[in-house]
Amino acid sequence: MVLLEAVDQAPNPWFDPSYVIDNWTTILRYLGEHVRLTVLAVLLGAVIALPLAVLARRSRFLAGPVLALSTIVYTIPSLAMFAFIFPFTGLSSTTVLVGLVAYSLVILVRNFLAGLQGVPDDVREAARGMGYGPARLFVQVDLPLALPAFMAGLRIATVSTVALTTVGVLVGHGGLGQLIVGGFNANFYRAEIVTGTIGCVLLALLADLLLAGTERLLTPWARMVRA
Amino acid sequence: MNQFGDAIVYLNDPYNWTRPGGIFDLLVEHLAISAVAVLAAMVVALPAGVALGTSGRGGGLIVGLSNVSRAVPTLALLTLFAVSPIGFGNPATAIALAVFAIPPILTNTYVGFRGVDADVQEAARAMGMSGGQVIRRVDLPLAMPLVMTGIRTATVQVVATAGLAALVGGGGLGQIINLGFGQQNYGEMIAGAVLVAALALLTELTLVALAWAVTPGAKRFPWTATRRPDAAGVAMTPEPTAAGVPL
Repeated sequence: MVLLEAVDQAPNPWFDPSYVIDNWTTILRYLGEHVRLTVLAVLLGAVIALPLAVLARRSRFLAGPVLALSTIVYTIPSLAMFAFIFPFTGLSSTTVLVGLVAYSLVILVRNFLAGLQGVPDDVREAARGMGYGPARLFVQVDLPLALPAFMAGLRIATVSTVALTTVGVLVGHGGLGQLIVGGFNANFYRAEIVTGTIGCVLLALLADLLLAGTERLLTPWARMVRA
Repeated sequence: MNQFGDAIVYLNDPYNWTRPGGIFDLLVEHLAISAVAVLAAMVVALPAGVALGTSGRGGGLIVGLSNVSRAVPTLALLTLFAVSPIGFGNPATAIALAVFAIPPILTNTYVGFRGVDADVQEAARAMGMSGGQVIRRVDLPLAMPLVMTGIRTATVQVVATAGLAALVGGGGLGQIINLGFGQQNYGEMIAGAVLVAALALLTELTLVALAWAVTPGAKRFPWTATRRPDAAGVAMTPEPTAAGVPL
């Protein structure tokens, strides 16, 4: 009883710099895992999504099932998704990675497809008339014109992957999510929870800024039009 | 994959459904939390969306809000409300979920009311409609598809993420996943995952049917949105706003 009272009266601040300093290496380790999972998930998702989007643009028959399937995958809650994958890959970060790739994949397929469908047919026709082969047409015409939609997709996928990674706590590999649930389990230790939350939000915003900057560098013509 | 067989056995046992604290009890709890969260979000977001959309102001604020809300993990907000003075449990879960349900409803309502053709509004006013009549009888039917998209997105998101509350002491169907995992009863865990996923998919289908029923004019299912090019031969753009974010 006395012990319980002591716990109740102990200060439990929302943020505590000394927590961050004392646990710096732990925080960095979880941050590293978070970044690694996010980058890998978005990269793998993009590598799989691009050919799928190209195929789906080419045939109407494929576009339907691809979009229907992506709607279903969106709708599966992340907690259930990780639980489904767990029997195959066990208590490893692979479980989290596979789930995150699935989600980033469906976001990217939709945006890549929308970008490719937005390339005007006249422009492609003109390029073909000028003797562009399929590969050159894709790299020099489709890609630059679809780039804004591609980058928009990458930004959404990255930001939501950063947020989703936290759910990986189910299998013990949630990156900064480990701090959030770890603090909850350590007698509602607010400083740890808030540190994990702020880390996630800052990471997401930083990643978004980096991608926005990349987009600016990759599309110098967009700035010229505005100026 | 022995565990998937165990999951079927678990789901086949009627006692698991009907016992106190069983699947039915958790399902009712899950749906009650979700309903409260969605209704609370609608009470806040629908009037705000209509007001901002008809006046055409606050667009930047709404875009910023929906972007920031995407960056905040649902799990983090659920945990923060659980350790706040509200205390963990269903009220804290409902509040956290309502916060996440506001941006999709607000954004879609704003975009819907903003996009109403000014000529149509002017014609309605010229026919003697008052401001309120224009909103109710002209703007609302025209904005209905997007308003319903917002409500559908928010509802599916709430139902899906309500399961996460189980990780931080909340109720609902997520408890089956968390409990099964904690007890290394992986059949039970997968059974819980099946239930949570099925509930989310059913919610999506129900809301699509509801949107179909209440939307006047030409009917169209959301997943055919990018499939059929419209009259001008331009592919329809995918749904705007927060619709495309996994849960």
